[in-house]
Amino acid sequence: MRRVTWFNTTSLTLGFTFLYLPMLILIVYSFNRSELVTVWAGFSTKWYGELIRNEAFLDAAWVTLQVAVVSSTVATVLGTMAALTMVRAGRFWGRTLFSGMIYAPLVMPEVITGLSLLLLFIGIGLDRGVFTIILAHTTFSMCYVSVVVSSRLATFDRSLEEAAFDLGCSPGEAFRLVTLPIIAPAVISGWLLAFTLSLDDLVIASFTAGPSATTLPIKIWSSIRLGVSPEINALSTILIAIVATGVVTASLITKRASLRLQAEERAAEQQA
Amino acid sequence: MTQTVFEPWNDPDATPLIQFQGVTKRFGDFTAIDDQTLDIYEREFFALLGPSGCGKTTMMRMLAGFEAPTEGRILLDGQDIAPIPPNKRAVNMMFQSYALFPHLSVWENIAFGLKRDRMEKSAITERVDRMLKLTRLEKFARRKPHQISGGQRQRVALARSLAKAPKLLLLDEPLGALDAKLRQDTQFELMDIQEKTGTTFVIVTHDQEEAMTVASRVAVMDHGKIVQADTPDRIYEHPSSVYVADFIGDVTIIEGTATPREAGYEIAFAEGQPPLYAETDKTFAKGQACHLAIRPEKVSITAEKPRDKRNALQGKILDIAYLGNISTYHVELPGGQVIKAQTANTRRLSRRTFTWEDTVWLSWTDTAAVLLED
Amino acid sequence: MRRFALIVLPYAWLLALFLVPFIIVLKISLSDIALSIPPYTPTLDLSAGWEGTKRFFAGLDFENFVFLTTDDLYWKAYLSSLRIAAVATFLTLLVGYPIAYGMANAPDHWRPTLMMLVILPFWTSFLIRVYSWMGILSGEGYLNQLLLALGAISEPLTILNTNIAVYIGIVYTYLPFMILPIYAALERMDASLLEAAEDLGCSRLTAFWLVTFPLSRNGVVAGCFLVFIPTVGEFVIPALLGGSKTLMIGKVLWDEFFKNRDWPVASAVAVILLLILIIPIVLFQRNEQKQREAEG
Repeated sequence: MRRVTWFNTTSLTLGFTFLYLPMLILIVYSFNRSELVTVWAGFSTKWYGELIRNEAFLDAAWVTLQVAVVSSTVATVLGTMAALTMVRAGRFWGRTLFSGMIYAPLVMPEVITGLSLLLLFIGIGLDRGVFTIILAHTTFSMCYVSVVVSSRLATFDRSLEEAAFDLGCSPGEAFRLVTLPIIAPAVISGWLLAFTLSLDDLVIASFTAGPSATTLPIKIWSSIRLGVSPEINALSTILIAIVATGVVTASLITKRASLRLQAEERAAEQQA
Repeated sequence: MTQTVFEPWNDPDATPLIQFQGVTKRFGDFTAIDDQTLDIYEREFFALLGPSGCGKTTMMRMLAGFEAPTEGRILLDGQDIAPIPPNKRAVNMMFQSYALFPHLSVWENIAFGLKRDRMEKSAITERVDRMLKLTRLEKFARRKPHQISGGQRQRVALARSLAKAPKLLLLDEPLGALDAKLRQDTQFELMDIQEKTGTTFVIVTHDQEEAMTVASRVAVMDHGKIVQADTPDRIYEHPSSVYVADFIGDVTIIEGTATPREAGYEIAFAEGQPPLYAETDKTFAKGQACHLAIRPEKVSITAEKPRDKRNALQGKILDIAYLGNISTYHVELPGGQVIKAQTANTRRLSRRTFTWEDTVWLSWTDTAAVLLED
Repeated sequence: MRRFALIVLPYAWLLALFLVPFIIVLKISLSDIALSIPPYTPTLDLSAGWEGTKRFFAGLDFENFVFLTTDDLYWKAYLSSLRIAAVATFLTLLVGYPIAYGMANAPDHWRPTLMMLVILPFWTSFLIRVYSWMGILSGEGYLNQLLLALGAISEPLTILNTNIAVYIGIVYTYLPFMILPIYAALERMDASLLEAAEDLGCSRLTAFWLVTFPLSRNGVVAGCFLVFIPTVGEFVIPALLGGSKTLMIGKVLWDEFFKNRDWPVASAVAVILLLILIIPIVLFQRNEQKQREAEG
């Protein structure tokens, strides 16, 4: 028995206003004609035009995209392997160390991760650039992927795999034909999570980027240190729009899939 | 003799503890309870029985105060309980899921309601200890709910709801989560505790055997209506409708038309079969469609046609269900009607008289079958 | 063999890119600053053989750690970080709990949408979310404009570049981390427990304090750790919203490294920060494990 009370309604309204109002203001003021960001001087899309003509931002965006795609893909493969190890392998030498290394980056302050990786790259004489950012991002996002995938694997019915073996699958085939399709949603959300983390990251990228590569967050950072700028408002609006579209689409797809599943199950029951 | 029998419902002077007066409950378009009137008396063990969705749980939740009637009144001790919130009612409930607080020990769970009444500490201790003793849980007082077995949890839930000495205890499928063997033992325990405490119990169940075992009266419900409320034996022997006859126990229903004859009626049910005869208090017009309900254990099965019984039919054994103590025979008449007959297995199986495909005679007495309206 | 291959790749990756870097940080924190490349000494020269290794270890000392205790900037920064994180965590709990409660009690068909609305900011750039408050809180910002227009104040308030702005920033950005575990705990709760409490004589409010809140405790604890731990080492929020008086260790480390280029001291700061965080991290892990055991 769930009750809609004034208390619940109020707390939800206030809470979500708090969560969304700042971003809403940002979006509205990205269409402000005025140079002075806090004074409204009429509707204009000129800052979007400025943004598109700004080569430095475009270059940074391109670098960020490359880093995010490569690092999240590698992280997904490694993270899924790590999850399979964690859930399936039972006891092995150094298991505690391994699970410690999987969980530690989740709570590690970014400044420490960034600093330590930078010192490693310098220590082994690796030139800093896109490649080192990819290495750094892969390392911490594979841990996130592994946590997402292991929570799905923990509830995975092992008898499905046993049935596959029983019907003649090799372990590889059983994984490819049975396990992977079933855990695919978790793997995909792991990839998306890794991708966003990489897009978002400022601190670790600042440590590991070096002078030759600049990611979008680093670029944003250097311009907002000086204060609010209308160009950044426009850029933020674009980024928020992309994320919002992605998340809303994903949740609509999930919802439709589950509704269809329900409808099909109901139909099957009525036939029976 | 009348002094010793507990039958307040037959005593016109007795005042009921609970009165449902024309109660209707609707959830949106759905009518869960449809204009029902019912009296429950003090010290009764009253069972609400029916399939899921029949409205029995809604009846109980209205008593507890978690739902309010859309129309009509519910009186407790002559007082309308509608304005009293659940936390102020002298009614306690034992939940189907037990709803034991997982963060509190067994002792604290039982003391929970007493503490709300601001009872003195020593009185609480004494009361909880008494409850623990009553439910044989003394050893588990310090344990948390997840550290005890299902049967023990069930007893904690009972002790907790009884601790406040409510006028009325509601039990929502109290034995549903227990396995069959434990359930039987617990049924007798429940009856025992009910007798000891003298509390009025209202139990909701879908298990007819459970209702028959524990209850002084059973109300059979269907689609928001009480179809029949009576003692277990009356419900079984004199069901008021085909629905009740079919819901309680095993039964064969024969459709036919009634013709008055002597003290009862003759029922014609199939071409080429002799009419059956049954006595009843009800009146049927000549040629009125009727149902004849007959319990399998009242049907004798013999090789020869019995001479002393008016109801005798010949058929072929279609199936035999061996249940250990008894066997149920499904006998098919030439017209295709199947009648069930039960015999006690007093002999060893190898000496069984009848087997598949045997032609046998089924017979029953004039008062064995119940004649019901369409 | 197959299993071995599965384990070895992620294991080796994490050893090389997570554990080894830490050992390097630890080592550099024991080294001395030098005006060369790399800007510290000694360096491990394996080609010099055993003698070189011995010389290397002899060159290590705890000088940087001693330095951290002598300059009160550092321990003040640690204390201030812990205090800011603790206060911010408490504030986040105050804001987050009612939202989680409202979500858990919302009608079933609303809940997936509400859930999505809580997660959505989490996918949005952290930097942008912090940045969005700069325009609101600044002297001529939207909040001051609104308050002045309403006549609530006559002088603009100074909020940006103070600790208040830092608190607002932390509560805002870390709110989903608080809401989600509490919501999960509340949503899992059997509704009949509350009915049982009412049936046994509780009012709504006592039922909340005696049943709902204790049962959501694990969610509250998890949420608090999830906010507290990363907040201690937070850099972006104090750098953007905080002022010169806002002292947080993440910012100190950043400045030590990028501005002063004192790598050994930056490393020592990192080592101490990690030691401080180990306690809450271990407590958090234990809470998670306890919860898993309780469920399983």
